[in-house]
Amino acid sequence: MHVHRQERIWLTFGLAILVLFAAVITTSAIVDGFVPPSRVQSIDPTKVGQTPPFDHPGLRKIADGAYEAYYVARVFSFAPAEIRVPVGSRVTFYVTSTDVEHGFSIPETGVNTMVTPGWVSSVSHTFKLRGTFLLVCNEYCGAGHHMMAAKVTVE
Amino acid sequence: MMGSAIGSATTAQRAGASFELSRAAGDLLVLAHIYTATLVLGIGALFGVLQGFSRANLIVMPSWFDYYRMLTAHGVLMALVFTTFFITGLFTYAVYRSVLRDRSPRLGWIGFCVMLVGTAMAAVAILNGSATVLYTFYAPLKASPLFYFGATFLVLGTWVVAADLFLNVAWFKRTAPEARIPLPAFMATCTMIMWIIATLGVVAEMGLLIPWSLGWTSGIDVGLTRMFFWYFGHPLVYFWIMGAYTIWYAVVPTTYKGAIFSDALTRLAFIMLLLLSTPVGLHHQYLDPGIGAGWKWMHAMTTYGVVIPSFMTAFAIFASFEIAARKAGVRGFVNIVRWLPWKNPVFVGPALGMIMFIFGGFGGIVNNSYAMDVLVHNTMWIVGHFHITVGGPAALTFIGASYGLIPALTGRKLFAPKLALVQVYTWFVGMAIMSTAMHWAGLLGSPRRTSDVSYFGAQGAATWHNEMLWAALGGAIIAVSVVMFIIVATGTYVANQRAEAKPTFDFAPARAGDDALSTPPVLDRLGRWGVLAIALAVLAYAGPVAQQIQAHAYLAPGMRTW
Repeated sequence: MHVHRQERIWLTFGLAILVLFAAVITTSAIVDGFVPPSRVQSIDPTKVGQTPPFDHPGLRKIADGAYEAYYVARVFSFAPAEIRVPVGSRVTFYVTSTDVEHGFSIPETGVNTMVTPGWVSSVSHTFKLRGTFLLVCNEYCGAGHHMMAAKVTVE
Repeated sequence: MMGSAIGSATTAQRAGASFELSRAAGDLLVLAHIYTATLVLGIGALFGVLQGFSRANLIVMPSWFDYYRMLTAHGVLMALVFTTFFITGLFTYAVYRSVLRDRSPRLGWIGFCVMLVGTAMAAVAILNGSATVLYTFYAPLKASPLFYFGATFLVLGTWVVAADLFLNVAWFKRTAPEARIPLPAFMATCTMIMWIIATLGVVAEMGLLIPWSLGWTSGIDVGLTRMFFWYFGHPLVYFWIMGAYTIWYAVVPTTYKGAIFSDALTRLAFIMLLLLSTPVGLHHQYLDPGIGAGWKWMHAMTTYGVVIPSFMTAFAIFASFEIAARKAGVRGFVNIVRWLPWKNPVFVGPALGMIMFIFGGFGGIVNNSYAMDVLVHNTMWIVGHFHITVGGPAALTFIGASYGLIPALTGRKLFAPKLALVQVYTWFVGMAIMSTAMHWAGLLGSPRRTSDVSYFGAQGAATWHNEMLWAALGGAIIAVSVVMFIIVATGTYVANQRAEAKPTFDFAPARAGDDALSTPPVLDRLGRWGVLAIALAVLAYAGPVAQQIQAHAYLAPGMRTW
């Protein structure tokens, strides 16, 4: 099987791109610890209301500038509906669903995860800008999906 | 015109009147596929443009046919039905026209009918509002059993079509053991092997969903059904691509009297797509809980592998252009581009699709690089991405090919050829506008699959509306384009103008000096490549599936939240 010389050059270029992208992703995973939200923790979706800490959703301060926020997603709202954190805070969100698949996204930040019934999702973010951020469900969950939103206020 | 590669491979050809009859019978079957796809595209486009207007707050959908029901219909019809009918029709044509024999297309018709019955069942469930679950039907949204049965029959019908094609290729191998499988038949077989491996995922998922929707089981493992769906969901994309590639490699060169650049490299590209189709599906689930980051990293790496067959294809297409142009005495980049047949819709459709695919590829790399994907996951960016891939390269290629196929299958002159030409350009412009607006809205954070993104006037949502107006404009242009397509496609049949010379839709010959017999025989061992593809799929998925099961997933009860 003959491979033309120019094609060999072109494919080498393609292979180089492939290696470069793979290296960037791998390096950022190893050096910066950047991986997508991948928590593996199951929960009974029919008993979320009785399972701590989701029986009392809300914000917990764990140290100066460090918070944990426990959210329950259900059609068609998030609990808590609003949280307030000081600017510069690092917030780790834990979210689970009592019913169907939801999304948990704060647009224009890196906060974005699926919320699957039966599992706890987790994602962290440092809020460096003041303002009121919209938190939306970005996976179709039913007739009122477009109304499913909450607020994160950074002050 | 059969060239040396295909000509040498058809030593088993039988001539005569009975052969002509069997060919006509096969042509009718292919025509049924193409016209079904045309009809489905028309209905899907109507829902599409209404969605665009609804999302831009220009119209309000009535409660008896709400946005999400329409979105389900649009997604299912376009992503699962239109593409599948066209591609199975194209592959039936590819095999029937390159493996020449007396044949009865009975098995093909059975497959077609099963697909049609499945589609009708799912359509009834969607239209009566009992299956507003979108085309991904994520559990525990619980549709009526009719929807799941319909989807299953659609898939099983494609298996019957595949069986018919495999039997024809097996007959060819038996009667001409020394010959290479004709390239069009090879592409069809390779793709259908990939498709069967992929749809095993959706059939496994249906094995969980159907008893649950019938009330025989009380709960569903949501994570597992998602994993089965995306095991199928990415190869579905390669199914569209391989259908389009079949036309790019083997048909487009006929529009400029060109040739296939390399028989062996074409086969190699298809085998690579077969192997790389399944061990990559987790890149659709980067943001899912319950799947370890290591598995996601692994699937990100395998996904990048598609760069190689994509680059091979780009090279082969441009090389084919250039070689033909030089043979015609045309030199220089600009001259070659101008020399290409920009007035023939059979060329222009696929060619505009190729241009869009460059941008679709860039976007795909962004989506696969999960550091960037977290910013665009489930935003309008993704919607823009698949409209510039399946809605651009695949759909434009299939539409362009239809302008060649329908006259060839009916023996009638293409109706209003100038309208056909305007149609493909119009589609390109509309899709470019719509997809750009969608990508941009996604970068601004606008969520997908959401009927109204105003969020009661929330500050963060203020920038999204403008893009939706542009998307609606693009969508309207595409809708006009679809109307033109339907006029030309059905007009060709209805006007019934006999062509002076019998219209043809042929496969290109191999390039002079590229002898198909020098193609390594191992590339034709499709059964073995299929086994290797299954092995890779098992390697890629055994870990994540075991993790789901070990982590003791709870079952979720079904719900109807619409």
